Amino acid sequence: MKPSTVFMSYTRNDLTNFVILMGLGFAVVPFVVQTDYWYSSILIPWLCLSLAAVGQQIVMGYAGQLALGAAGFMAAGAFALFNLELRLPFMPFPFNLMISGLIAAFFGIIFGLPSLRVRGIYLMVATLAAQFFIIWMIDKFGWFKNYDTSGIITAQDIVIFGREFTSPFEMYLVVLVTVTVLTVLAINMTRGSTGRNWMAVRDMDIAAESMGISLLRTKLQAFAISAFFCGVAGALFAFTYLKSMEPVAFDIKLSFRILFMVILGGLGTINGAFIGAAFILLFPVVLNTLGNGVFHGMIDATIISSIELVVFGVLIIVFMIYEPLGMAKLWDSIKAKLAPQSTLEQAQEKQQRL
Amino acid sequence: MHISGWPMTEFLFFIEVVVAGLLAGTMYSLVALGFVLIYKASSTFNFAQGAMVFFAVLSFVGFMELGLPFVLAFFVTILLMALLGFATERLVLKPLMNQSEDTLLMATIGLGFVLEGLAQAVWGVEVRRLDLGIGDFPIQWIIDSTGLFISALDLTAGLVAAVLIIGLALIFKYTKMGLGLRAVADDPGAASSIGIPLGNIMLLVWTAAGIVALVAGMMWGARAGVQFALVDLALKALPVLIIGGFSSIPGAIVGGLIIGASEKVLEVYVGPYFGGAIEGWAPFVIAIFFLLWRPEGLFGEKIIRRV
Repeated sequence: MKPSTVFMSYTRNDLTNFVILMGLGFAVVPFVVQTDYWYSSILIPWLCLSLAAVGQQIVMGYAGQLALGAAGFMAAGAFALFNLELRLPFMPFPFNLMISGLIAAFFGIIFGLPSLRVRGIYLMVATLAAQFFIIWMIDKFGWFKNYDTSGIITAQDIVIFGREFTSPFEMYLVVLVTVTVLTVLAINMTRGSTGRNWMAVRDMDIAAESMGISLLRTKLQAFAISAFFCGVAGALFAFTYLKSMEPVAFDIKLSFRILFMVILGGLGTINGAFIGAAFILLFPVVLNTLGNGVFHGMIDATIISSIELVVFGVLIIVFMIYEPLGMAKLWDSIKAKLAPQSTLEQAQEKQQRL
Repeated sequence: MHISGWPMTEFLFFIEVVVAGLLAGTMYSLVALGFVLIYKASSTFNFAQGAMVFFAVLSFVGFMELGLPFVLAFFVTILLMALLGFATERLVLKPLMNQSEDTLLMATIGLGFVLEGLAQAVWGVEVRRLDLGIGDFPIQWIIDSTGLFISALDLTAGLVAAVLIIGLALIFKYTKMGLGLRAVADDPGAASSIGIPLGNIMLLVWTAAGIVALVAGMMWGARAGVQFALVDLALKALPVLIIGGFSSIPGAIVGGLIIGASEKVLEVYVGPYFGGAIEGWAPFVIAIFFLLWRPEGLFGEKIIRRV
């Protein structure tokens, strides 16, 4: 994260890649993918976690605030939606989804307050408080779980204007539409003045402040919007992937996973959130398949999950050393190497290097 | 006998809670101490310290299971931690020299995951019992003489922490290595230009942090079993550091005591109103309030940043 690396050129890439991706998601996937497994175990969690990673990206990659409470905000969103659906069943689902995002955003503002005074590791500790506090609150106050004692709370069916969305494919559509709308919003924000303010604060907060950017406004805005994204992502994650409400699913491990998605995917790009989420989600699947296919179950499952940790850790160190901007940058570099360059581009690149 | 309307037994109970909290706090201090050592020497916030605690004590128990006697296992583990420190210095810290603090922090998060994964891959995931021969039950003569119930393990942890800290303080103050370390902490560039071997100093610091991690792990392991949850427990060292300051050894101790005592008092007297188990987040919230009041911690140096 050298200050000289400004990510502005990325946003155009973000947009084109995103358009291609959504084109695939809407036009190709429904005709190609027929099995429920792909929808309910790969595509839905990927989109949900990508959305959460976009939230983490906003606060960490764009605003430069090291936060580690994404899963807490996801839990807030999930249980907010559960309660809204429970207590206000007459309200339309998209409306409730938005409100649950707003409730998460409220928590985001509260736990973002310390960011006004501290940064780096200090902030990380403050956001850890969000993680632990929100989960504890949901666990301890029966109201949030509707006084359910069985331990398994089933999420309500998604009903949008009288139509039920219960099959994996229909749920996939709900998630895809939400993610599309919110990601377009995120890309627009990062392209506009909001995003520029975030990046100014990230690159040098004191300089940004002396240029008239309000740190209070900018940082809290980043935290609120980030928590909103995480909240919606958490609500979708619980309703379409987990299909049940359990605070345990949103523990600190999930926060770390989302942090890894953003770091490995690439800080400061929306692309990075999607790439990182895909990697973190798919890698264990690949590793398990490898373990079963090549070694025929000779390797214990716990060992495989330990190896997973090691690989993630090593990758983070390697990326920090060799490519701090993550896979998104790696992808761009490969593309740039392969594509024929015009003289103008070459000149521009030369200038950038100087 | 009443003290301001409070019956004696209540008061004794309060003292007991505070003392138990203080002694449990020394366990946090032990974990925090490892953070401080590395932060002082390299201004690196070593997020992997918690994982090091887990790694060290799991290896120690693993060696014992292989049949090594207690003392031998202890020293083999220290050797392993030194090796680990060496590898970290060469493979992680050196390539990341002069990078921003945030980058280093993220790299150490990665390191933490590597250690957790390695430890579990090698030694397995099951919870181990660790018997140090010190029971986690109240000591009879203290009950007899003062009426307080104080756990022997807590008391041992307190003593061990005290010995470790005095030892470290003496080493820093009176040995050549310690002088070099303080020089490196002050200005690494200047220190290396007058011929202080940076690499050796780093190795020393990481080894010391490894030993502290092992001792902390043994104390925690004797209480709660050697298991993955130790990593999460170690997260509580973070609020300790915020209160004490990242670069101060006395800070780590005082911070640990404050967190330990306030956590227990809150849990016992405030917890019941909220359904209990507020121990999980109370330290973090205390730390947040502390941040608002004194961001550099009780003993930390004031952070001055320039454009």
